[in-house]
Amino acid sequence: MTSAPMTSAPGTVPPGTAPQSAPTAGPTAAGRTGGGVAARLRRSGGGPRRPGRARRGALPYLLLLPALLLELLVHLVPMVMGILMSFRKLTQFFIQDWSRAPWTGFDNYELAVDVNRPVGKALLDSFLTTCLFTFLSVALCWLLGTAAAVFTQHSFRGRGLLRALFFVPYALPAYAAVITWAFMFQRDNGLVNHVIHDQLGLGGAEHTFWLIGDNSFWAMLTVSVWKSWPFAFLIVTAALQNIPRDLYEAAALDGAGVWQQIRRITLPSLGPVNQVLVLVLFLWTFNDFNTPFLLFGRSAPEAADLVSVHIYQSSFVTWNFGTGSAMSVLLLLFLLLVTAAYLLLTGRGRKDADAR
Amino acid sequence: MPASTHSSRGGGRRTRGPLDPPASFRALRAVFLTVLAAFTLLPVFVMVTSSLKPLQDVAGGFRWIPSGLTLRPYTDIWHTVPLAKYLVNSLIVAGTATVASVVIAVFAAYAVSRHRFRGKRLFTLTVLSTQMFPGILFLLPLFLIFVNVGNATGIALYGSRGALILTYLTFSLPFSIWMLIGYFDSVPRDLDEAATVDGCGPLGALFRVVVPAAVPGIVAVAVYAFMTAWGEVLFASVMTNDATRTLAVGLQGYSTQNDVYWNQIMAASLVVSIPVVAGFLLLQKYLVAGLTAGAVK
Repeated sequence: MTSAPMTSAPGTVPPGTAPQSAPTAGPTAAGRTGGGVAARLRRSGGGPRRPGRARRGALPYLLLLPALLLELLVHLVPMVMGILMSFRKLTQFFIQDWSRAPWTGFDNYELAVDVNRPVGKALLDSFLTTCLFTFLSVALCWLLGTAAAVFTQHSFRGRGLLRALFFVPYALPAYAAVITWAFMFQRDNGLVNHVIHDQLGLGGAEHTFWLIGDNSFWAMLTVSVWKSWPFAFLIVTAALQNIPRDLYEAAALDGAGVWQQIRRITLPSLGPVNQVLVLVLFLWTFNDFNTPFLLFGRSAPEAADLVSVHIYQSSFVTWNFGTGSAMSVLLLLFLLLVTAAYLLLTGRGRKDADAR
Repeated sequence: MPASTHSSRGGGRRTRGPLDPPASFRALRAVFLTVLAAFTLLPVFVMVTSSLKPLQDVAGGFRWIPSGLTLRPYTDIWHTVPLAKYLVNSLIVAGTATVASVVIAVFAAYAVSRHRFRGKRLFTLTVLSTQMFPGILFLLPLFLIFVNVGNATGIALYGSRGALILTYLTFSLPFSIWMLIGYFDSVPRDLDEAATVDGCGPLGALFRVVVPAAVPGIVAVAVYAFMTAWGEVLFASVMTNDATRTLAVGLQGYSTQNDVYWNQIMAASLVVSIPVVAGFLLLQKYLVAGLTAGAVK
């Protein structure tokens, strides 16, 4: 250990050393060094560390213990339990003591995927609805977020205010915002029907139902895009700040117009960010529970029956936790598969870039 | 407008600065951003104006301009739903979860940022991956665990605020740890090494050097944790009872009834939104830096 001379008393951090440069040499670098140490230890037979380090050895684990215990207790243990539950006949009679529920092998799964019976058919419909909903929502969020970020990349008057304003849907509590949308989509006293039917004169005098029937899909999509696009905006905005200004100046010198600059400099440099952004948006949207639950209450209309709500209903309305768990496990498998395939397909180019 | 020094290069047309976009671009930008801003603010507008309208304005057809302004919805809502109870429950649950989550995250992030140990990568990956799983996956088992543990020990976990606090703090924990690692990494190592040499233990270095230097990051993490707990719906809808109901479930339950006093529910929504929106906007800079660090890297 180097005996560094005391340059400053503890607690008196020189101003300006604090977070501005926060995300530069981040966990990736740290992780790599960590791996190196582990590798070195393994080479020496995995034996005890050098005596000087022994005392410090336990400390990091102690510091991590609370976080690790809680994550295990609330996330991982229940997830393992959920997998076990999916192989049992866990109806309302066994909820007080689930260990007494009889094992049923793959019965719950057969029920969930048998599209010729109502349970499987409903799950398949819900799955397809969720796929369409997710695709449209992610595409629109990405498009709006990227466009807004590109348009606000170079400063103009009022940009700061506009940015703050765009974050509002992200900052608002989901229930407050979605309840407001539910009010706007009311048939008789909502804003949407007032504008469409009374003010624009579209769709005849008969007001549309937005929260029941097939239109509920579009109502839900609108709310979802409204709620999630600011996240895309936020991420893309941050990514754009990493593009050196010189690039644009050089391009402008060479006579590249603003559209060319966007096409040749801005969009290509977003590649790695988009990889993460689209994945995160996909996972959030596919698992969205809040939007349908807050808009429609405990029984979502068929056109807006997303998988999360579907599982929730099949579990807590019918109290058949075994089937609900089987559906959850299927959902988990699907998400893992899609995520893995996505990372494999998009990851290769990125890894090459990292290696260079 | 200052004439660009490079103007000669691009011919006579180029009199603007190199990064000043042409008028067509500016017009398109203005239209797009205006429409987007209107879409973004529409619910906020509805929330604010409706909360000041008399009942007949929200019960009949929608009116852009209220027939009169009143503050009655802000007082009436307290009797329409047990808002005070919901508010107290939400404050207790979100407040406690936030404090606990921040303290635990500070320890964990310090360990990852400052120590070398085996399993570090595994830890970060495990913790981050829990963030990606849908809540519905562990909702059922967690519900059963709370019910069964409660039955076995006699401690009423299911329906209690404690169970909800425990659940919520794990929701914000992964992201908080992740954000704090970034902040702690940016505090120069020499500082806490110097403090360690000076006789502070490793924990002394954490609390006297690293934490003070990362205060903005810690406050940002606290706001994030509070927002997460304050707005959570799924678990609250299952794990609370009449006595422990939070704002999210209470207001949701009321708003999906048949005859709703929309002006009152809008008033309540506005009141419960103001603290978190204000917190977010005040700390916008730090939160945005933290939220985006992972993705941009």
